Amino acid sequence: MTGGLIISVALSFALHSSPVSAQKGSYSPDRKDVYDELTKAPKKAVNRGNPMEHDPSAVAAGANLFEQHCAECHGETAEGGRKAPSLRADPVQQATPGTLFWILTNGVVRRGMPVWSKLPEPQRWQIVTYLKSLGQGGNPPR
Amino acid sequence: MTPVFPALFPTHLARLDLHSAAAEASRRGKLPRRLLILLSLVFVGVALPGWAQENPYIVTYDHYLEEPGSLEVEYFSTFGTQRQGNDFHAFWAEFEYGATAWWTTELYLDGQTTFGDSTIFTGFRLENRFRLLQREHFVNPVLYVEYEQISGADKILKEVEGHDVESDYAVPNAIARRAHNHELELKLLLSKTFKGWNIAENTLAAKNLTGGNPWEFGYAIGASRPLALKASAQRCNLCRENFIAGVEMYGGLGDRHSFGLHDTSHYLAPVVAWNLPSDWTLRLSAGFGLNDNSHRLLLRWGVAREFSGFGEMIARVFGGRK
Repeated sequence: MTGGLIISVALSFALHSSPVSAQKGSYSPDRKDVYDELTKAPKKAVNRGNPMEHDPSAVAAGANLFEQHCAECHGETAEGGRKAPSLRADPVQQATPGTLFWILTNGVVRRGMPVWSKLPEPQRWQIVTYLKSLGQGGNPPR
Repeated sequence: MTPVFPALFPTHLARLDLHSAAAEASRRGKLPRRLLILLSLVFVGVALPGWAQENPYIVTYDHYLEEPGSLEVEYFSTFGTQRQGNDFHAFWAEFEYGATAWWTTELYLDGQTTFGDSTIFTGFRLENRFRLLQREHFVNPVLYVEYEQISGADKILKEVEGHDVESDYAVPNAIARRAHNHELELKLLLSKTFKGWNIAENTLAAKNLTGGNPWEFGYAIGASRPLALKASAQRCNLCRENFIAGVEMYGGLGDRHSFGLHDTSHYLAPVVAWNLPSDWTLRLSAGFGLNDNSHRLLLRWGVAREFSGFGEMIARVFGGRK
């Protein structure tokens, strides 16, 4: 009886705290400050070069990784969704590869984006390479 | 992409709007509400898989939490040898939900079979993990808080604490299950990933809330690395980057009255995880007892599947936010 009550309370607490509703400062397409986090990257991170920039397979590999880890929130072609902003927008496309890598590594935890440092560095750079390719009119290879 | 378990989760079902059909049937009074909810949950699972990059640890935690709104359903099994008693097979199910990017909550259901004795349900655990810092740092701390209501017959050995020793587990189920533990467990999880290597250290303090038991202590440490750091351009099941190998070590550190290594048990376990593009993770671990107080072998395996967007879908089922 007590156990059942505890489980019910815990689950309802968890489910009502879904990131869609309860997270303070969570994403909304109308927010004007949605890309502000890009400006917070430290100078050292901003200036980092992308070691995968000239890797011919990096865009395809990055597209796979994007589909597996990012598309759920950012949309299948990075056009943005209800949970996260477009990554085709100018602020993202004009950001340096180092800035995007820094955001991927650190996440934006208070707004619902998890840290992705669990992906090895080369995989994070592959995602950055893919994102940058979108600014050149690229689409994810299928 | 080739599903590994097509019979369990046929992909064609994902294309059907079964959730809408069930809702319509319910409005017409053809389905009880609870059945509708159950069906919806099943269909959610079919329709919204998510690919996980899971560590291989069974006991040790790193600092990565479940993605917000995702549910991970896991099943684990432990075969343990037992001197002065019968070997056992302990098993548990985990339901791990990412409430926010800094908070993961989890429910465990435990059971065990002691060979030549019986199979019993041994209790449940509620676990919460809180990320303490917003960004990545040199070391990343996570606070772990768990309440468990388990019987004395619980044998999953998800953590080793205090003066836990092998002989504690030789008691027949009929006697051991009479003891009921209400335990509070706190852990400080420290973890760092560098050049593909994850290093994690967990310090544990646990107190049985029934009776005047002292605080007990334990530890777990682990190191792991993917077999390849770059992702392949093509999706594949057997690519090296899908495999993460490592080792973990865990054991007890006594209690508040007698802190230290005497009368404690310790294990060393090579571990491996296989993260499949078809949304499944398989784990395997062989834990070897390091002293005479330890079980000689704890052979563990687990299977997990992550469902993205679970929180949103539940909210919709209950007529809430769109």
